[in-house]
Amino acid sequence: MDQPAHILSDILQFIFMGLQRGSIYALAAMGFNMIYNATGIINFAQGEFVVLGGLMMVTLSTALSLSIPVAFVLTTLFVTVVGICMERFTINPVKHPTVLRLIIITIAVSIIIKGAAMCLWGKNSHFMRHFSSSETWEIYGATILPQTIWIIGILLCIVAGYIFFFNYTMTGKCMRACAINRDAARLAGINDRKMVMLSFALSAGIGAIAGIIITPIIQMDYTRGALLGIKGFGAAVLGGLGNSMGAVIAGILIGILEAMAAGYVSSHYMDAIALIILLAVLFVKPSGIFGSAEAMRLKEF
Amino acid sequence: MKKRSLILLIGAALILAFSATGLWAEEKAAPAAEGGEYHVGCIFAITGKASWLGEPERNTAEMVAKEINDAGGINGKKLVLHIEDDQGDNTQAVNAVNKLIKKDKVCAIIGPSTSGTSMAVVPIAQEAQIPLISCAGAAVIVEPVAERKWIFKVPQKDSDCVRRIYDHMTSKGIKDIGIITTTSGFGGAGRDQLKKIAEEYAIKIVADETYDPTATDMTAQLVKIKNAGAQAVVNWSIEPAQSIVPQNMKQLKMTIPLYQSHGFGNIKYAQAAGDAGEGIIFPAGRLLAVDTVSDDDPQKKVLVSYRDKYEKTYSDKVSTFGGHAYDALWILANALKKVGDDPAKLRDEIEKTEFVGTAGVFKFSPADHCGLDKTAFEMLTVKDGKFVVLKE
Repeated sequence: MDQPAHILSDILQFIFMGLQRGSIYALAAMGFNMIYNATGIINFAQGEFVVLGGLMMVTLSTALSLSIPVAFVLTTLFVTVVGICMERFTINPVKHPTVLRLIIITIAVSIIIKGAAMCLWGKNSHFMRHFSSSETWEIYGATILPQTIWIIGILLCIVAGYIFFFNYTMTGKCMRACAINRDAARLAGINDRKMVMLSFALSAGIGAIAGIIITPIIQMDYTRGALLGIKGFGAAVLGGLGNSMGAVIAGILIGILEAMAAGYVSSHYMDAIALIILLAVLFVKPSGIFGSAEAMRLKEF
Repeated sequence: MKKRSLILLIGAALILAFSATGLWAEEKAAPAAEGGEYHVGCIFAITGKASWLGEPERNTAEMVAKEINDAGGINGKKLVLHIEDDQGDNTQAVNAVNKLIKKDKVCAIIGPSTSGTSMAVVPIAQEAQIPLISCAGAAVIVEPVAERKWIFKVPQKDSDCVRRIYDHMTSKGIKDIGIITTTSGFGGAGRDQLKKIAEEYAIKIVADETYDPTATDMTAQLVKIKNAGAQAVVNWSIEPAQSIVPQNMKQLKMTIPLYQSHGFGNIKYAQAAGDAGEGIIFPAGRLLAVDTVSDDDPQKKVLVSYRDKYEKTYSDKVSTFGGHAYDALWILANALKKVGDDPAKLRDEIEKTEFVGTAGVFKFSPADHCGLDKTAFEMLTVKDGKFVVLKE
């Protein structure tokens, strides 16, 4: 019973759906990249930051009935502090930081955070109300939730903030210097250890925001981190590791691909299709769509 | 890109994938074995994605065992439970059952919690000739009976659940339906039954969609169902997804009725769905709407006593699933009392059992290892965030 009128509205519907999930992958991927640039490692606890953000937000806004903006700020601060603690207590004290050692540490931290979240919040799925109304808007026959607009809007704000921070502030420029060449940056008087801590703080903060904005739609439980981590990691690799703007585009691309795959091929193989496309791209262009092959050769990992 | 970094990258991806499956194990130290004990194995999904099934089951099993032991045990012998957590994972379930049989030397096993894990352990219990009372819904767990000599189950059958749904649809004049199911064992079995029984009722399935148990957005599938012109939707899952489907339907402005399986039997999921959850129709055991069950119902007494005791002990809402553990353990305890802990005698005794439980009035027979028929279900709906018996 396919009628032509459906075709346009269906495509639009799948794009909305893709934008919504893709934005979250994009935010997770930005978090991966920030730490990757500062330390050269993949932070496996990235997905856990997203979960912590979502769960903390539920507690603050539902159990303590704080207003959404207040809970938003407090949750972001809380997870940022968790990120800083992670760096200070587990990454910083390592005497001979090799890539492999640090990666193993992040895996350990992710397991600890997951366990702690299970003990603190229990095993149930947690839910909260939408930021504004949960009534949908209709655009050309497709429907969109106000929450999706919030998600896209907040992603855009973060991207704008990111560009400003790394291009127009001294601290941001110092972080970039460290990312390009840590030894040279240190010789120029930049405290590289502080920059590493800052990268964990920022990446935890961004992860928390991702968790906060998606929780009203998908609910949150302590096991969600790993899958969000995989998708975010996929977006980071597809966009070219270390390239945050590439990650944003790649994240949204993966989201839309998934939605299209679910809508037109089979919802059953949705995740597989997205990952197959990811693999195909990496075979053709191992440095990712927006990554530079030149830069890739100079990196350890 | 250097070869080494490629290997590292692949390794990193693999580690992420493995961490997704979760590696938590929860071991419970069994009390030191003395003479005069009955050893019973329990295997529930206490942690992991089906923990909301396993947790109330574990709680209930411990509560019932304590009640039995406080009253002097069975035939003067202490009832010892060996509780294992399979995390809803097939491999872990198989390992746990092997451990229970070989190391703990249990005389019978209760669980697992999900249909997938139950199917995974059926061959082991069959081969070891140990009675197993599953707490999961799919009818295939105990059918065909000829190949399931040692297997029983206490929840109502999914095929009866489908019949109750189709009965209700027929009474409303609904003919074309869309079904949406998870790819888990429970969802897969439900999908088969929905398709098989549809013919009996002359109901036409115009859209047949599935989703991954961890999925968080079913919009795409629902768009297809909407476009196919379905008059009603049936969602079959036990995962949190069942509270997302009504939300997605509301988002798409779909106003056709939504039916869910008996897996919806946890009020938290109705509440999670918010106002989108109002009016969902689903068949379930009477435990969920105890207060609206009439006083002359044979189950009323056991339902009230179980609910009050559970809610007092754990200060948590009672759920159907804990009730399954209640039924399973009492059926087993009654059999132990009569014939002792010889697995073969236990099996024969369970097969003769008649028992008024939380899920319904059981009447096991050599031809029926579930013991319940479709009257064990009551059609319920969600009204003002509560489960009530559906009138009409």
